[in-house]
Amino acid sequence: MAKKLVNYDSYLRLDKFPLIWCPGCGDGIVLKAILRAVDRMEIDKNDVCMVSGIGCSSRTPGYVDFNTLHTTHGRALAFATGVKMVRPDLHVVLVTGDGDATAIGGNHFIHAARRNIDITVLLYNNWIYGMTGGQASPATPSGDRASTAPFGSIEPNFDIAGLAAAAGASFVARETVAKPASMDKLIEKAMKNKGFSLVELFTPCPTTYGRRNKMANPVDMVEDLKRRSVTVAKAERLGSDLPEDAIVTGVIVEDDTRPEYTDRYAKLIQQLSGAVK
Amino acid sequence: MSTSTKPKVRVMSGNEACAEGALAAGIRFFGGYPITPSSEIAEVLCYRLPAIGGRFIQMEDEIGAMGSIIGASLAGAKSMTATSGPGFSLKQENIGYACMTEVPCVIVNVMRGGPSTGLPTMAAQGDVMQAKWGTHGDHPIITLTPNSVPETYELTVRAFNLSEKYRVPVILLLDEILGHTEEKFVIPESVEIVDRIKPSDPPETYLPYKHTESGVPPMASFGEGYRYHVTGLAHDETGFPTNNPAEIGKLAERLRRKLDDARDDIVDVQRVECDDAEVLVFAYGCTARSANQAVLEARSRGLKAGLLRPRTMWPFPDREIHALAQQVKQIIVPELADGQIAHEVEWAAKGACPVKGFGRIDGQPIRPVQILELIEEASR
Ligand SMILES: Cc1ncc(C[n+]2csc(CCOP(=O)(O)OP(=O)(O)O)c2C)c(N)n1
Ligand code: SF4
Repeated sequence: MAKKLVNYDSYLRLDKFPLIWCPGCGDGIVLKAILRAVDRMEIDKNDVCMVSGIGCSSRTPGYVDFNTLHTTHGRALAFATGVKMVRPDLHVVLVTGDGDATAIGGNHFIHAARRNIDITVLLYNNWIYGMTGGQASPATPSGDRASTAPFGSIEPNFDIAGLAAAAGASFVARETVAKPASMDKLIEKAMKNKGFSLVELFTPCPTTYGRRNKMANPVDMVEDLKRRSVTVAKAERLGSDLPEDAIVTGVIVEDDTRPEYTDRYAKLIQQLSGAVK
Repeated sequence: MSTSTKPKVRVMSGNEACAEGALAAGIRFFGGYPITPSSEIAEVLCYRLPAIGGRFIQMEDEIGAMGSIIGASLAGAKSMTATSGPGFSLKQENIGYACMTEVPCVIVNVMRGGPSTGLPTMAAQGDVMQAKWGTHGDHPIITLTPNSVPETYELTVRAFNLSEKYRVPVILLLDEILGHTEEKFVIPESVEIVDRIKPSDPPETYLPYKHTESGVPPMASFGEGYRYHVTGLAHDETGFPTNNPAEIGKLAERLRRKLDDARDDIVDVQRVECDDAEVLVFAYGCTARSANQAVLEARSRGLKAGLLRPRTMWPFPDREIHALAQQVKQIIVPELADGQIAHEVEWAAKGACPVKGFGRIDGQPIRPVQILELIEEASR
């Protein structure tokens, strides 16, 4: 089959351009990958609800022609849970940042994963609070600098994909913007998974992270992501030889045996309708 | 529109009546988090909702519960959450979001003593100002204050109707006494139900935040073919963020105007023996029950006392108070708070008569005899 070219414009709210993102920001690369995945799945735009929190990454929904909901900082999953429960037929896609999802929103993140509710979480991990000017986030690698960690962060950082997996997500994957084609394939898989899915997407923030950590050039940042990427299969082969700064990419969890939350609720409704007056 | 059921005589608590009222009003989604003295509302609804195709979820905290009902409402379901003091504090940021994005929903706060964990099992009325100003920024808000089990049912229905009619979050303030008091009551055969106005425009020309004459824009649900944007940022008629002062001004003005213009539809007071009153008691919720008894007792002793009872607290019945302030010698304001509403009444009276606050914040109710003594004192 010939490869179909994606008409990005048909998914974009071009009248809302220019994008707020800085030159060299990786968020636009993620946005295009999301659109390729939606396009390949041939989903009607009316059937997609994109929800986000607050942050640079969370501005994504404003640019796409879906049902879009830009909520409060950290709470996107709570809003998305309400949407999904009332309209289980909609594809609910959530865009969030590392700070949004794992600091202020950490509680909603682990509980949505635990419920295995069918929401696809696309987490843009840039290791920093971009929007507010580069403060440390729970994902800032230990030792790295941030505006609130001028001597280097003395906190350990979260393994976000590991956190989602431990909390019960039925699909977990990681990728970086250095491999856009792989990104959209993983996003597609995540959207097709009936359950809570997380795709952790590493994306550079040259403005607030790179500058402080000897990588002000966005190209260097993408090169660095490429250099550090190790596929899951290769990481297994390497075992203890896996470099310390490696980013293990690919599918980490894929488990279709776990019941999905809104499905279980639908069964409850079915079981009760007529039974209780 | 109205729903019809057979009239049923039941004995139930205020919390149960609230849940029944919500069901009569057409609730289809409840998101909550357990907290005394409100939990019975969730306990009734988790049982009843799935049987009618509605949905219930116990969220991980009150912030999440508040977020979930906003999402559910945007997806088209009439939604409610219920909580008490500490949980009400947690909900505030997202209540502001619902104000800004004009998402209909109902927030029940069964008040208990505060601040902090305070008095989980004792009544208080210390959240009235929080109901008005709890979330940051200027925003008009509707708050209803029933004083009996049947009225809790009635005003829960009204809370849903007002939220749908004006596209606003509506706060229903109960208190521990009301929530847990059981009273006999006849469930009405039918209640009037209001649904949000849907757009008549096709999706291509739909403006989700249109500056309509009434100030209330028609609301499409997600997934109905109207792909629009919702944000808590200041936005223009299209729903997209704007930094244009003219557009920001128009939004703020419309949000204020839509409730200002509807003031007489929303403000709702009960007057007891007010026509020739010389001493007025202004009281709401559980305290209004004591006040009512005190006024009737004063009348039996030949004292011209009256009660003005707000069933709507916000917007405030300032005109109604001002009118009576010209006629009476004094207004007495008993409340399970430290002068929160007494201050408002004083502002509304505009110096036409003295206002005497009587606050109690030790977890105990104000007894009728305490109010009677104040009426006697004022009548001398
Ligand atoms: C309740 C609340 N606290 C703080 C903020 C300020 N704030 C806005 S965005 C942000 C951090 C965003 O970081 P992240 O989620 O990593 O997204 P990024 O901007 O890096 O994409 C913060 C702290 C806020 N908007 N709301
Ligand atoms: S601050 Fe960073 S994350 Fe935000 S737009 Fe700029 S480069 Fe992107």
